[in-house]
Amino acid sequence: MLIAMFGAVESGIIYAIMALGVYLTFRILDFPDLTVDGSFVTGGAVAAISIINGVPPVIATIFAIGAGFLAGCITGLLHTKGKINALLAGILMMTALYSINLRIMDTPTLSLLNETTIFTQLQTIWGNTGVDQALNGLLTAMGADRLPSTWAFLIVMLVITITIKLVTDFYLKTEIGLALRAIGDNKRMIRSLSANTDNLTIIGVGISNGLVALAGALIAQLGGFADVGMGIGMIVIGLASVIIGEALFGTKTVARATIAVIGGAIIYRMIVTVALRFDFVETGDMKLMTALIVIAALITPKIVHARKEKQRRLQKRAQLHQHAKGA
Amino acid sequence: MLDLKDISITFNEGTPDEKKALTDINLNLKKGDFVTIIGSNGAGKSTLMNTISGNLYPDVGDVLINGRQVVHLPEYKRSAFIGRVFQDPMAGTAPSMTIEENLAMAYARNKKRKLVFGVTKKRKEMFRDRLKTLNLGLENRLNAKVGFLSGGERQALSLLMTTFTDPDILLLDEHTAALDPSRAALITELTKEVVANSGLTTLMVTHNMQQALDLGNRLVMMDKGQIIFEVSGKAKRGLRVEDLLREFQRIRGEQFESDRAVLG
Ligand SMILES: Nc1ncnc2c1ncn2[C@@H]1O[C@H](COP(=O)(O)OP(=O)(O)O)[C@@H](O)[C@H]1O
Ligand SMILES: [Mg+2]
Repeated sequence: MLIAMFGAVESGIIYAIMALGVYLTFRILDFPDLTVDGSFVTGGAVAAISIINGVPPVIATIFAIGAGFLAGCITGLLHTKGKINALLAGILMMTALYSINLRIMDTPTLSLLNETTIFTQLQTIWGNTGVDQALNGLLTAMGADRLPSTWAFLIVMLVITITIKLVTDFYLKTEIGLALRAIGDNKRMIRSLSANTDNLTIIGVGISNGLVALAGALIAQLGGFADVGMGIGMIVIGLASVIIGEALFGTKTVARATIAVIGGAIIYRMIVTVALRFDFVETGDMKLMTALIVIAALITPKIVHARKEKQRRLQKRAQLHQHAKGA
Repeated sequence: MLDLKDISITFNEGTPDEKKALTDINLNLKKGDFVTIIGSNGAGKSTLMNTISGNLYPDVGDVLINGRQVVHLPEYKRSAFIGRVFQDPMAGTAPSMTIEENLAMAYARNKKRKLVFGVTKKRKEMFRDRLKTLNLGLENRLNAKVGFLSGGERQALSLLMTTFTDPDILLLDEHTAALDPSRAALITELTKEVVANSGLTTLMVTHNMQQALDLGNRLVMMDKGQIIFEVSGKAKRGLRVEDLLREFQRIRGEQFESDRAVLG
């Protein structure tokens, strides 16, 4: 269980980068962008094919970010200049990306098992630092019997994800970032304050998908393969992470919301890990469960609100009734 | 300063819904002019404002600002030098952002937005000073989300944000109409002050005829997409609401018709 949870946190931290991308579109831009299912794979595919062709893993990962950014920009273009509904623009791009991803990989699955990836490189550097021994010693002292093979990925990924979070926080507080946030909040206003909302939207959706592709590239390297189907349902997972995080950690400020999204992504992975422990749950059920989580999270506040309204009305009526009697 | 030449707009041309919203509009504003616009519902007042702001492009006609043709300049570019307050108090501010963030966005209006903090210590001081002029205590609530403010407070903030960078032209489209009378009076007062202090060239649509007479140095009456009556300076000062109504009847041969033609 400990090992499984360790793995959940490890991949959760990477998926958090994807969730931050989803947060940017869904929450900041108010743009329900479905490109994600495709751009996640694009990230994995570009990284994998580049690595296989001898590109250094870090550069390959940067290529992946660029490809995701480009895909996002095209979705943004379709929506702003092509005046296509946001949902449809995303679906069109996602569908187009399926073919493009296959073209990039040339086969439905690419194995990276015998390749040098960011993570194998990391392990080599990390090997002689002694951090693993120290931390695992701690775990043993606490009574754990099976130990994680390395802490490198967890710690380094945490540093990277937190860095991305901090940069995002900064970006959203700059003059450009404020305008970007206003697009999701009051588009007409920010246009009347001389912001080019089309370009900002395009860049915003681009950045979002750049992050998604980065997550895809890292997941492919961590898992040792890129698969054309690895992005299915990714948007719902991203949404679930955002919603779980917001519910648990709040959204008072941007900095709070982004840390909430990261927490949400990790907790989502942990929920999945726990759920899969039950015998009657099969791996294939996870998408259904994720969808149910999102549906529940979207509906619950409305039900709660309706309840409160009803109660308020009943109270008002009771008050009036009493007044009538008194008079 | 602002030159409108032969502007015409027809909506849904060639369909049963065809509507001539503006016909041959000519209007010239000098720097510092404060023009109030009145007219019945559907007269084309908002359409005229939208044409100036770049929200709408006319079918024919020119819009010149300081001699520069801007008729095809998109709204976001024009808004660097045209400020606008909408009728809806919710329209001019971003509700889930704070007061200081909203002001920072307004402050960046006539500059190129950069990757630098929008709210800095220095700017905060300036925001606070400007907010004080509203006398609403907003200077102590810089970190409050604008969505929590009342309609009147939001409209006051919108007005401040719009005039923050001294736009060449200020457009006000019934910006007090959605407020209760005391709030509306407050916003009217603020409008008077800011226009006077900064000498802004202003176009203000109002359905309140008395207000249209009290404010500004010029008055324009519109009906069915046309400017039917103009008065300025001394002649305007002597006018009363009854005179305006009589004028309308004389020109149009019918009663001034507006469900909101408020007299007082
Ligand atoms: N986008 C539009 N499409 C079709 N008709 C419009 C549009 N905007 C305004 N109109 C019509 O043009 C006329 C003038 O409208 P408007 O300028 O809003 O009048 P008001 O003087 O009340 O502000 C009205 O008859 C209105 O119905
Ligand atoms: Mg109107």
